[in-house]
Amino acid sequence: MSVARFWRKIPQRYNLIGTKCETCKRHFFPPRTFCPDCRREGRIVDHKFSGKGTVVTFTIIQTAPDQFASHGPYVLAIIKLDEGPQMTTQIVCDPSEAKIGMRVRSIFRRIASDGESGIIHYGTKFAPE
Amino acid sequence: MRDVAVIGIGCTRFGEKWSESFRDLFIEAGALALEDAQLSGEKIDAMYVGNMSAGRFIEQEHIGALIADYAGMATRHIPSTRVEAACASGGLAFRQAVIAVASGMEDIVVAAGVEKMTDVEPGASTDALTGAADREWEGFVGATFPGLYAMIAKDYMHKYGMTREQLAQVAVKNHYNGARNPIAQFQQEITLDTVLRSTMVAEPLRLFDCSPITDGAAAVILAPLDRAREFTDTPIKVLATAQASDSIALHDRRDISTMDATVAAGQRAFKMAKLTHKDINMVEVHDCFSIAEICAIEDLGFCKKGTAGKFTADGETALGGKIPVNTSGGLKACGHPVGATGIKQVYEIVQQLRGTAGKRQIDGAKIGMTQNVGGTGATVAVHILGRV
Repeated sequence: MSVARFWRKIPQRYNLIGTKCETCKRHFFPPRTFCPDCRREGRIVDHKFSGKGTVVTFTIIQTAPDQFASHGPYVLAIIKLDEGPQMTTQIVCDPSEAKIGMRVRSIFRRIASDGESGIIHYGTKFAPE
Repeated sequence: MRDVAVIGIGCTRFGEKWSESFRDLFIEAGALALEDAQLSGEKIDAMYVGNMSAGRFIEQEHIGALIADYAGMATRHIPSTRVEAACASGGLAFRQAVIAVASGMEDIVVAAGVEKMTDVEPGASTDALTGAADREWEGFVGATFPGLYAMIAKDYMHKYGMTREQLAQVAVKNHYNGARNPIAQFQQEITLDTVLRSTMVAEPLRLFDCSPITDGAAAVILAPLDRAREFTDTPIKVLATAQASDSIALHDRRDISTMDATVAAGQRAFKMAKLTHKDINMVEVHDCFSIAEICAIEDLGFCKKGTAGKFTADGETALGGKIPVNTSGGLKACGHPVGATGIKQVYEIVQQLRGTAGKRQIDGAKIGMTQNVGGTGATVAVHILGRV
């Protein structure tokens, strides 16, 4: 991933800045700049999420892509944020601890790196609350 | 709109074809389809080719022109269009070809699909496939395709209590069918133990729940139904074509273990054909992972939500069952050259309807269906075909 492509998403990736439609109050993470419900009537503003949520489903990735290979097996999950939207993330915990319905909170972690000389991607993961 | 018929079909054997190039593959499939339709290439009016990622797999874009050129059509300047919708590229190419003929714009049209996946090492092909999901918000955080489908499986098993053994029966059944299909990548039967003891990829999915990396190409030729008998004694009519979309990311779906795009495309197809699931004699569904077949047969209406595990374990989807599913061996055993899969599904159904499916033949098959999925269900194409 190029530096510019990563850099422009830093607020979202580091600090869980998503968006909210002021017309219908629906929250979006990952952020959307167009409300699918209100369409042109929608008014989209930035929104910082609380970082609290619940595990909807998860898996333990045993065969990882190259950039993630050094992580060993890791827990990948879809979580439902308390504000409503769902997102895909890693859960930092012992794989045997992961459960559907588990409460989690956001943490700042290294996500992956583009080889030895490439940039290091940081971002949000989640941990048991 | 005009009625449309399939008048010719061709497919390479699927597999890891080290000695054959991208060009070799689609030329072989196209030539087989032309020969089957007893047609000369000069009669072709247009071509649509499904291909997901030649850019990543062989560093070649501009596939429409390349195929027309190497098929000997360059001097005739026919329109040739690449269609891309990840793993549903083939299904959408078929649909575009059907629309072209139905509209009256073109008469004789080729719908093809091709993917050459083994010219890059496995890590690179897996990464290319991840582009079928949301790269920014799924791939970035470490989601793989098996990982995404594993989360569907986890959700499904949690909600409906399907057992790991029931899920494994999908792969066992598809290998049984693949062992009876001369074009299949894997032509050997497996047991429940083969699946349950295979390497864990993403819990609960194991290696034998996953479709393989495959090279291959398939092609079919379409014509207006009222001209079809000029070319074949057994035209197969396209009774319905339907397509639907959904959120690119799995996390944005209404329900993780229901593919709403399959539900929508299935309903549209049944409505267009004025048929119900009870009229379908066999269906080719997109079993990129075993759980995908479980969801597909429910979402198309062949059994109730939450019951497909038992339905499969009871043999209802096997050859001779209530609704045979993936008589070709499916993506699991027949192989999954992504852009070609949607066309291969049509190829299999046409063989069944012609009565030429050999040891896999469903007796008295009159109407068949295909369901081709892009990503985790962001695009779905459904087609219904019938004997005339």
